[in-house]
Amino acid sequence: MLLLQVDIALIIEKLIIISVILMGSLGIAMYATWGERKVAAIMQDRLGPNRAGPMGLLQPLADGLKLFFKEEIIPDRSTRFIFILGPCLAMLTALMTSAVVPWGPDYIAPSGRTITFQVADINIGILFVFGVVSLGVYGVMLGGWASNNKFSLLSSIRAASQAISYELAMGISLIALIMMSGSLSLRDIVAQQHGFWDGNWFSWYVFKQPVGFIIFLTCAFAELNRAPFDLPECESELNMGYHQEYSSMKLGFYLFAEYINLFISSAIIVTLYFGGYNFPFMDQVATATGPLLFSIICILVLISKAVGMVLFFMFVRWTLPRFRYDQLMKLGWKGLIPLALANMLVTGMLVLWVFKS
Amino acid sequence: MPVYSTHYLFLSLLLFSIGIMGALMRRNAIIIFMCIELMLNSVNLLLVAFSKMYVDINAQLFVFFIMVVAAAEVAVGLAVIVMMYRKVHSVDINILNRLKH
Amino acid sequence: MNLYDTLFWFFSAVAVGCALGVILSRNPVNSVLFLVGTFLAISGHYFIMNAQFLAIVNIVVYTGAIMVLFLFVIMLMNLNADVEPQKGQLIQVAGVISGGVLFLVLIAAIHKASPMPIDKQSIDIGLINNLGKVLFKEYVLPFEISSVLFLSAMIGAVVIGKKEPALPAEGEAQ
Repeated sequence: MLLLQVDIALIIEKLIIISVILMGSLGIAMYATWGERKVAAIMQDRLGPNRAGPMGLLQPLADGLKLFFKEEIIPDRSTRFIFILGPCLAMLTALMTSAVVPWGPDYIAPSGRTITFQVADINIGILFVFGVVSLGVYGVMLGGWASNNKFSLLSSIRAASQAISYELAMGISLIALIMMSGSLSLRDIVAQQHGFWDGNWFSWYVFKQPVGFIIFLTCAFAELNRAPFDLPECESELNMGYHQEYSSMKLGFYLFAEYINLFISSAIIVTLYFGGYNFPFMDQVATATGPLLFSIICILVLISKAVGMVLFFMFVRWTLPRFRYDQLMKLGWKGLIPLALANMLVTGMLVLWVFKS
Repeated sequence: MPVYSTHYLFLSLLLFSIGIMGALMRRNAIIIFMCIELMLNSVNLLLVAFSKMYVDINAQLFVFFIMVVAAAEVAVGLAVIVMMYRKVHSVDINILNRLKH
Repeated sequence: MNLYDTLFWFFSAVAVGCALGVILSRNPVNSVLFLVGTFLAISGHYFIMNAQFLAIVNIVVYTGAIMVLFLFVIMLMNLNADVEPQKGQLIQVAGVISGGVLFLVLIAAIHKASPMPIDKQSIDIGLINNLGKVLFKEYVLPFEISSVLFLSAMIGAVVIGKKEPALPAEGEAQ
């Protein structure tokens, strides 16, 4: 009977964490759309949205309402079921990755319960992220194909080849990181980056794996279909690409999924390379504050790092011009994959011969 | 009704037979190829079940190698199908009976 | 009926249903989606048998790479239900019968196999570090050879897919 009670408490705790993470990701994604428009406006010397609410802060709500009330159009010659399945898959895969991100250190409640701020600590966390990312392309492909439109079809073919090409370099760059960490669990990887300085060198993996980080970041741009790699939806050639035929909330799902993906990928990049919830002098802060306050500070640190990463993605989008398609493929196959292989080889040799642990 | 190894045996056989049926029924080369993948997967499932049954890790490595070979096979096979489509503008395997004449 | 058994029956039903969908649906894209469903169900089987590494590799390799390639090729050729080649009724019935007979023969061959319990206690057998140790100690040579196989398959695919310059460029695939 005791076992059953503990189980129910655990389930309730996990349900609360899941719903908080989902709501938080949705909220941050909502304001990411506002942020993107503001960033674009600042970089182009405009004002950006400033009518709905103070500084246009209610703009995402207005956009959402507008999308809700728009007429829903399903093209006549489209494949109806797959047409609806596309945005659903995009949203699902965007949200699934958040399950393995450790959002904060364990909090030991006064009652003795340990609360982990992570939905599931699976020992193959990175592979799980990788699996979900590889499923993410289905939403774009199916939506583009089912629209029965030449531009959408071209866009989905582009999305597929881009995603497959850049997944390889992404995986190889991650292997170098895994060789250093010796664990696939995101929780262990974050724990290894404790603090900021581990006595000899910075403890964050971005300082131990700079090349791997750059490769991973570039591939993340490509996997997220963000500029400069936003070829599946480039406005000038394919006018909106795969979501050209979509309207109403189905379009909203695609756009929203993109921003959720952006936030969660930023959280994963931060977790892997920028120490997750760790920050300099965290031990001193931990002793100075209570455990609950410390956990909250850690979560806020992770979220602010992730938001910083999102801002970086936005700055890049409004700074760099779009690649041409053959340039994209050349960069992926002839640039990033050999570089990632060399990085993996050098890391392996260093781990084996120099930094024997 | 607890699950025994025979359940996995039957499930795997069923999937394998469905794969065979598909390969015999369809004329689209891509679908036939997909049915072959289905058969490979049913064998993988059985191997993993056996590895759990005998607590033996080797069977899981076999599955790993089967996946490797399947991936290589798909790369070449799809290239062949694309070339065939370029030549005859169809994926119907019945058109490929030129060796008969 | 505990959780393991419930999940077993659920994943089995999904796998068999989706496998039937693969061979029965007329639209090739639907077939691909059904096959993805089958692979996900098989991955679910791996998960409940605690072969986590294989489960996730199955998802990454099969649904994430191989099926995307299939979908890519189908989209490139723009295949749909209208151009789907159909066999005559007789051949379809013959295919079903021969597949069914094969199933029956195999069942008859193994139906006396004594049911052995699936060991749910050995949780560590499918974990990645145990698999890795065996893979890189006992199976190092096959592993290296399989990497050579991959490389040759890649080169082979590129060579096959290369356009022959001598032929007149009649209608691209798209």
